[in-house]
Amino acid sequence: MQGYKIWIFALALCLIGGSLFVYKWRGLGYPLLPDEQTRIWTVEVTFQFDAGERAMPVKATLHIPGLTPGFAVLDENFVSRGFGFTTRLVAGGRQVQWAIRRAKGPQTLYYRAVVYKDPAEAANDTTPPFPTAPVLGEPFDTALQELVAQVREQSADPASFTIELLKRLADATGDQNVGLLLAGQTDPTVRARTAVTVLAAAQIPARLMRGINLVDRERQAHLLPWLEVHDGDRWLYFDPATGAQGLPENYLTWWRGDDPLYTMDGGGKTDIRFAVQRNEVDPVLVAERRAQAVQSRIADFSLFSLPIQTQAVYAVLLMIPLGALVVVVLRNVVGITTFGTFMPVLVALAFRETQVLAGVILFSLVVTLGLLFRFFMENLRLLLVPRLASVLIIVVLLMAVISIVSHQLGLDMALSVGLFPMVILTMTIERMSIVWEERGPMEAIQQGVGSLIVAAICFTVMEIDVLKHLFFVFPELLLWVLAICLLLGRYSGYRLLELVRFKALAEPSR
Amino acid sequence: MLGSIGRLAGNGVVGLNERNCQYIMRYNPRRLYPLVDDKLATKRLAMAAGLPVPELYGVIGSHHEVRNLPTILAAHRDFVVKPAHGSGGDGILVVSARVRDRNVYRLVDGSIMGEDDIEHHLSNIISGQYSLGGHRDVALVEYCVKFDATFAEHSFRGVPDIRVIVFRGYPVMGMVRLPTRRSQGKANLHQGAVGAGLDLATGQTTYGVTGNTTVTEHPDTGAPIGGLQIPQWEYLLRFAARCYELTGLGYLGVDIVLDRDKGPMLLELNARPGLNIQIANRRGLRPRLDLVEAQPAGAPIEERVAFAMTTLATAVPALN
Repeated sequence: MQGYKIWIFALALCLIGGSLFVYKWRGLGYPLLPDEQTRIWTVEVTFQFDAGERAMPVKATLHIPGLTPGFAVLDENFVSRGFGFTTRLVAGGRQVQWAIRRAKGPQTLYYRAVVYKDPAEAANDTTPPFPTAPVLGEPFDTALQELVAQVREQSADPASFTIELLKRLADATGDQNVGLLLAGQTDPTVRARTAVTVLAAAQIPARLMRGINLVDRERQAHLLPWLEVHDGDRWLYFDPATGAQGLPENYLTWWRGDDPLYTMDGGGKTDIRFAVQRNEVDPVLVAERRAQAVQSRIADFSLFSLPIQTQAVYAVLLMIPLGALVVVVLRNVVGITTFGTFMPVLVALAFRETQVLAGVILFSLVVTLGLLFRFFMENLRLLLVPRLASVLIIVVLLMAVISIVSHQLGLDMALSVGLFPMVILTMTIERMSIVWEERGPMEAIQQGVGSLIVAAICFTVMEIDVLKHLFFVFPELLLWVLAICLLLGRYSGYRLLELVRFKALAEPSR
Repeated sequence: MLGSIGRLAGNGVVGLNERNCQYIMRYNPRRLYPLVDDKLATKRLAMAAGLPVPELYGVIGSHHEVRNLPTILAAHRDFVVKPAHGSGGDGILVVSARVRDRNVYRLVDGSIMGEDDIEHHLSNIISGQYSLGGHRDVALVEYCVKFDATFAEHSFRGVPDIRVIVFRGYPVMGMVRLPTRRSQGKANLHQGAVGAGLDLATGQTTYGVTGNTTVTEHPDTGAPIGGLQIPQWEYLLRFAARCYELTGLGYLGVDIVLDRDKGPMLLELNARPGLNIQIANRRGLRPRLDLVEAQPAGAPIEERVAFAMTTLATAVPALN
């Protein structure tokens, strides 16, 4: 009965911890390993213009990324001294509008967006309506009709229609109709714009979009036209220059449609520049943003929302349960005896500063000298509490002396002896001396060494980088540790060292 | 290793985890612990029930009462000082003789202690040096049990005691603990005393254990461990079984001493008795515990002792 309750409870804890963990890992993209990095790109738009000699009202609009297939916006900000700004949704995507009542002389507006790759981010538009047939006037209409008819003849579906059309548009000399429609222009933007018109005549929804290629570093990024075609089901992407289907790997869509990138009212001599810079950041940052974006409450309860110093404290604290688990296993499953239940965990924490070898040496040194002093004090017949206080004082003095002497000798490692838990050392000395007197030196040394071994194992486990990272990013894993502890609490099998202890009883039964 | 686990389990050897999990936690309600953890409470309980215990000379409960020691001891030559909450025999001082005018005490192991040494020891006990968790404690000063001739050949200086595990009121296993030079006259196995298993049916010693290894001879006297008859065996078993009604603890270690003049006396009770008794008896405890678990509750003492001496004693043979 008891056993079955504990299993259910442990299972529930594992399920809660596990599902939170999987959601944060798979769903929100929290990193599983400590040295993972997420690429982010900072795109900065510098918008310069001259507002003229006299102070005049100025109004400027600029398209900014809205729907960006393959990318998600981590952060964006607008730097515009003195200007009021609003963002709004327009036909081509999003737009920022800057306005000021009085401005003169050269002005600079900045827009900065930080984006990261997110394959989940698709162009989740609604399906567009069928376009109305364009009316261009003769002779363009006839040329259009003929081109549509020819291309339709050699294609099967919107995708192949587009590819065939782009192929014809690329070769303006061959076809008279194409030459007429392009009017002698060959740059990809015009080709894409013409393609949209032809596709509209063929009743295929299409739109021109502009974006930039995100590279490692670029002071002057160029806007790249791209063609978006809807096949009745989803959007397909085509390179208007080559006719190849698909989006380039790092193509960030900026805006769609035929509208200009910016409009300017009240200023002149405009100059606009795109700069791109790639960075590597902690994926946790991105995951937190994503959690906020999907309105998950999880990011609110994350340790990353705490001040940095507090975070550092928790990075250590969250490892203590793991140390405790190690102690439980070593005591109840292996059967090592230690001084004080969790003394090894605290000593292991001190090892963080000294490292194991130096820590063990310092610990043994302080305890040995402390014991010598304790035995000397036995002759003085002190009452218990004053005696403990005296040992404590001696321990502090010993640590100071060790630090000073080792510093004189140029050994810096012993400086960190100060981080040893003095009270724990004092209690260890006291208990060790009692065991020494009552049960003999063998048992005392055995328990002392046992404590040190357990502390060293605790330290080793608590210092595993992957575990440190996992428990900090996914504190819900502590529920698993709790579940394991609960189950170990009902472990009634033999301890490993009991196999040695009861060796005499391990004869084959008759 | 797996084979070793299998053989231990096959022989019914109970490990610490199993003892704690299956027996102590199930049969020993925590609220009853103070009855056995406090030796003063145990003594009063036993006296009220008419069980013989070593006479209490006095209790020293505070540092200033330490000065009363000479008054308490005025009429006695030998005595024992022990912490009321001590465990595992720690902090027990057995004084075998006192030189009256010089205020010097001779301990059972032959060493000499001055008045101030004893007082220091008392104040250590009171400060809680030997109690679990370092709580304040009181020191008991009591009658020093006189050596019974039965054990003349089997004991080095101290007084042997008989440990019986009583499960749900049934005595399930017994051993006699014989002090050695190494244990400095104390009867605790982990201090170096020899434990000798007892045949539940007859009260004769069988095999010996010191630490975790088996022995056949007393290490100091050379006397063979086996074949020693414990006197009044059936009476002792009834004595032990009564302690179940006394405390209500289902899994209990009863320590009894045999006094030359006053007969068997209850020394102390233990709610977490050790497991080395299995090595001394070359038997696992579990087959017997299982048999007792199958018995209905509420049987009278005579019936329980008879069950122990017949059914339990013969249920499982010892290993070789």
